[in-house]
Parts: sequence; C-alpha cells; structure tokens
Amino acid sequence: MQDRKEKRLAFLMVLPSIIAVGIFVYGFIGWTTRVSFSAWRGMNPDYTFVGFKNYINLFVNNLRFQIDIKNTLIFTVVFVLGCLILGLASALLLDQGLKGESFFRSLFIFPMAISYIVTGVVWRWLMNPAAGSRMSGLNLLFDKLGLDFLINSWTSTPTWGIAFLAIPAIWQLSGYTMAMYLAGLRAIPDELREAARVDGASEFNIFRYIILPLLRPVTLSAMVILGHMSLKTFDLVIATVGKQLVLDMPSVHMWQITFDGLQYGSGAAISILLLIFTAVLIIPYLFFSLRKEVK
Amino acid sequence: MHKRFTFVLALVLISSLLLASCAQPTEAPAPAEPEAPVATEAPAEPEAPAATEAPAATEAPAAESGQLEVFSWWTGGGEAAGLDAMIAIWNEKYPDIEFVNAAVAGGAGSNAKAVLATRLSAGDPPDSWQGHAGQELIGAYVTAGQLEPLDELYEANGWYEIFPETLIPLISQDGHPYSVPVNIHRANVLWYNPKVLAEYNVAVPTDFASFVAALEALKAAGMESPLSLGEAWTEVHMFETILLATVGADAYNALWAGTGDWAAPEVTQAIENVKTLMGYVNTDYATLSWQDASKLVADGDAAFNIMGDWADGYFYGDVAGGNLGLTPLEEYAWMPVPGTQGVYQFLSDSFVLPVGAKNRDAAIKWLELCGSKEGQDAFNPVKGSIAARKDSDKALYNVYLQSAIDDWAKDVVVGSLAHGVVANPSWATQITTDWGAFVINFDVAAFQAALVASCDALGPCGD
Repeated sequence: MQDRKEKRLAFLMVLPSIIAVGIFVYGFIGWTTRVSFSAWRGMNPDYTFVGFKNYINLFVNNLRFQIDIKNTLIFTVVFVLGCLILGLASALLLDQGLKGESFFRSLFIFPMAISYIVTGVVWRWLMNPAAGSRMSGLNLLFDKLGLDFLINSWTSTPTWGIAFLAIPAIWQLSGYTMAMYLAGLRAIPDELREAARVDGASEFNIFRYIILPLLRPVTLSAMVILGHMSLKTFDLVIATVGKQLVLDMPSVHMWQITFDGLQYGSGAAISILLLIFTAVLIIPYLFFSLRKEVK
Repeated sequence: MHKRFTFVLALVLISSLLLASCAQPTEAPAPAEPEAPVATEAPAEPEAPAATEAPAATEAPAAESGQLEVFSWWTGGGEAAGLDAMIAIWNEKYPDIEFVNAAVAGGAGSNAKAVLATRLSAGDPPDSWQGHAGQELIGAYVTAGQLEPLDELYEANGWYEIFPETLIPLISQDGHPYSVPVNIHRANVLWYNPKVLAEYNVAVPTDFASFVAALEALKAAGMESPLSLGEAWTEVHMFETILLATVGADAYNALWAGTGDWAAPEVTQAIENVKTLMGYVNTDYATLSWQDASKLVADGDAAFNIMGDWADGYFYGDVAGGNLGLTPLEEYAWMPVPGTQGVYQFLSDSFVLPVGAKNRDAAIKWLELCGSKEGQDAFNPVKGSIAARKDSDKALYNVYLQSAIDDWAKDVVVGSLAHGVVANPSWATQITTDWGAFVINFDVAAFQAALVASCDALGPCGD
C-alpha cells in the first residue's frame, strides 16, 4: 500500500518533465520531420507532402552537402582522436602524483568553461593565414622563433583546412577528456598493479595489458560524448571561419538555408539527418550502458 | 585516495551537465516556436491560428494615444544613433503615442529576421519593421501576404515624384510599392588610397581594363595584394559590382527580372573578370571582416577595395568611435567601380506596414515620418547614408555623401544582390553558396551553369 502510494507520488513528480520533454523534444522532432517532407519555402507554412524530395536533393548533385559530409568526417576524426590522445597523456602524467596536481588539473579543465564563440574568435586571430609584412598570430610567433617550417595557412589550406578547425576544439575539450580518464585511472585498484609488478611485468606491459583495457569504458564514453558534439558543431565554425563554403558544416548549412534562404523544408531535412547521425552514434551506447546498469 | 576520486568524478559530472546545457541550442532546430508564450501543457502548434492571413481586422480606430512598436536590427553605432534621432522627432510630434523600440542585436539582421519570423508565425507582428528594400522583403513577406501595399501613402505624400523614378519598380511588386526606404546606400564604390597610387605612380582607373592594368602595375612593383577583400558576403558583393560593370545596367536588370539570359557570353565574361580580380586579393580574405579589408587600404597594405559606402563611415568617422578618422580625398578616395559610372547600385533599409498591425494608424504616421524630409535628414547624416528623397539638405552631409547625393539625383538606379534588392532570399542564398563553390576551384563554366540553374529553380526564370 505504502509502496504503491510512493510510486504514484514519484510518477506525479516526474510527470511535468515527461510532458515538457514530450512536447518540446519529441513533439518538435515530429514536427520537424513533418516539415522535412513538405514543400515549405517562404514565410508561410506549407505542408504539401513531397515525399523524400528534400532528402534526395541533399544527396544528389549537391556539392554543398558533400562538402558538409567530408568536413564533418575529417573534423570528427581529428577532434576525437586529438582529445583522446591528449586527454589520456595528460591524465597519465597527472596520475604520477606530482606536486600541484590539483592546480594543473584545474588549468587543463578551465578552457571548457569558455564559450565556443570566445574560443573561436581568439583562435581566428591566432590562426591568421596572412603572409609577408602582415603576418600575425601563431605564424608570427613561429617566424620570430625561427620555426619557419611550422608556418602554414591554417584553415585556408586547400582540402584539409577543416582539420585545423579541430585545433581550438581540441584545446577546449582535451581537459574534459583528461578529467574522464583521470577518474577512470583512479578507479583502478592499486592491488592490480602491485600484483602485476609482483609477477614481474614491466611498467609498459602493465599499462598495455592492465590499465588500457580497464580504461576502455572511459574511452568509449569519451568517444560518444565528443563525437556527438562534433556532429553538432555550429558556434565554433561561425566564430572561427564564418560562413565559408569550403569549411561548411551541416549545422551551418541548416541555419543558412532555413533562416537566410527561407527553405524550411530543406533545412528541416538537414536537421533530421543530423539527428539520425547523432542517434546512430549514441543509441547503441545508451543501449549497452543501460543494460549493464540493470545487471 | 577515495575522496580524491569522488572529487574528480563530481567534476566530470558537473562538466557534463555544463556541456549538455551548452549543446542544447543546436539540438532544437524547430524554427518557429521557442518564444511563443504557450503554457507548457498546451499541445504544440502555436503557429496554427494563421492570423497573418486575416487581412487587416483593424481594431477600433486608434486614438492619438497608444503605442507604436518598431522592430529593427539597429542596436549600435550610427544606425542606433540615427534611429534615436528619428525617435526624438516622433516624441516631439506625437507625445501621446509611446514609441517602443524593439531592436534585436546581431549579424546584419540574421537574428532579427529569425525573431521576426517567430512573431509573424505566432500572429503577433510589430507595427512596422525594418527590412532591406526590394526582393528580400517582397520575396519573403509580400509573397506570404504579410504586408500591405502602400500606393495611397506614396500618392498622398508625393513620393512617386520625390524618389528617383528608377527606384520605384525595384521596391514594388506588380506595380505596388511595399516599403518606405528611409536611407540609401551605394554598393558599387571602389575605395582607394590616393597616397599609395601616387607613390607607385599609378593612375586612377577609368574602366575595367585600366583597373586590371593598375592592379598589375602595383603587383609588379611588389605589392602583395593590391585589391583587398573580406569574408563571403563581401566576395558576393564584389561579384555583383563586376557583373554590373561587365553587362551594363539594362542587361543587369534583365537578369534579375528573369528576362535576361544567364547563359549569355557577357555573363561568362563577367565571371572571367571577377576571376581575374581574385588573382590580386589578399590570401587571408576569407577570414577578414569588411572593416579589416577597408583597413588594409587605409594602412597602405592594399590600394583598392570594393565595398558599399558604409565604408565611408569607417574611414571618416572619429577614432574614439572605433573608426579611422581619415581625411577624405587625401587619405582615402572613391569612385564608382570602374565600368559602372553613371549607375547607382543601391540598397536601402526600409519600413513596412504589416497586415494586421495592432496600431495601424500609428504605423502609418511612422511611415510618413520615415519618408519625410525631416525624418530622412535626421537619420541619414548620423547613419552615414543618404536620403532616398532627391530634395535633402546637402549641407548636413559630409564630403563623400554630398557626392553620392549628386549621383543619386542623376544616375540610373539598379539594385544590389548581396543586400537583398534584386533576388528573393532563397535565390540569393543559393548564389552565395554557388559563389563559395566557385572560389574553391574557379571553374567558370560550373559557376555559370549554377547561376542558370538557380534562376530556374528559385528565381523568376522558371516562371
């Protein structure tokens, strides 16, 4: 009796958020899906059903969307790998019990507190590609230090420019990845390492065969979190490189075609595709981690 | 040890919460709703009661009191100061009607337009709003039946006579004007640094060929980038002026009206010409704002820059206001983009009368003020633009603007692409995209094919 009452109370407590999420998340996903199958262009909603036309237009002969896909792939790979490698390396270093650990820990995490817009503006200056007498930012630093071979045209580099856009993102989020790894490292009981040492394993082998495998869940979580963020990157692109077609991302495309071009149908189609890409990344992860929790 | 782990874990948790909240905005792309003040339970669709279609259910004739809500993206600099000057006149003339300044900040109006779209779809239009005169307004709001034609207002105030004859068709649809231009900017201006030209002994160009010759001479003399350029929209801006210079005013108008031929060899030549110019620009153009690009000319790092005449405000305005404070004709000078002499490629901020305005009478009074000599001469000298009227008081304006006023009265008027006059929003956005593809590989034929295709798909060629 008591139990049932409590259950009902609990249900009533979560009901408002269920309703709010139902309307504002799932309701609007449904509405956006409907728009994505419509011919809506211009200020007045037009729900004339056009089937997959908006989607087909994105995939057939659409140079811009091809650039979006290519850029998203390059950006995601560089960004996620960069964060994982830097995050793991700094976590391992911090885990050596060095002096002032908490200071460095905070230092590495702080960039995350800054908004992408600010990061973007600062890195826009740092990665200025101007040459000759107008050289500035990092290029100027390299020039003064005699590291001429490092001078490059950053995001203006043909084909691979988008990879440089991952640098500010890595700068911002490798600290976060480090914190995740540090938590993972601290969760590994010392007994395991000691037992391995007693068995005569070298430090490298301990790392390779004990630490790394035990960190796998952390790596997976980090990949999912970073991966879905990179799919949705918008503010960083706008602040760092503006609306350049070579450095276009799906979210920027969606914004421009919807609010500048008033092509709501096409914009909604891009949104839904973004949602699907993100879902493909996240749902299996949620599925497995939830199942594990039930166990 | 354990404590420390809990701390790190807590940190991670807090930061993931932060992250989640940072990531939120990009997750909700549903365009319209977010602002609509619906109770959380009410099931979605606040845009359902398409109040926008109900024509002028004019509520009880507003008395001399009440409100006037004017929506704009004028939140800073000369624009905000100009608006304040007009509000001062308003408060003097109509002390009983409260002026509500509903300005939305951000990026040349992108944010404001999104907010406006939300309000319109919720059936809550402001009494008047600012928009770029021409197809940017017409293609969006007139097509959607959201604006009232202003024929009577134009007739009653004599605007048909006092605005240039060639301007009227560019701000009209099917013969009805739909907005009142409060200011006029010119797009086809070539800014140059006379000191640099003198130093390199290069003459001021007179046509496209001599322009290229001047650029070539400067480059040969060691100047890295004689022509300065900025981010995407400034590139499209340069393209439209070169298109005009190459095909001429009549053919240019025909292209936008859908009666011209985008596949014509003249258009090919225009694309070739702009491609030639791209050979003389600064390598970092894609990352510069228009001010950065103008400053290259002021600093002598470049000799020329094609930009609208708001650049004059940046060159001329005082240093304390973040401008350069240069002396006109000595430290900076101007001419129409070579090949466009005698043509005034305009863009304009204008105000409209929405269908279903809550305070329609007040809105009409506001539009009359916008079109009046008093209103325009209050706004424009501060904003750094000229009046749309041909009878403005020249003495109020600076050196550049006086020359622009002279040209405005006698030149042929054509519209700008990058600033919303000649192409509807979908078409203009598509051309910007196609331009972005062009600067990747400079494939002239592909760009022209894309221009032909977009006129068919999104412009008037397909009609």
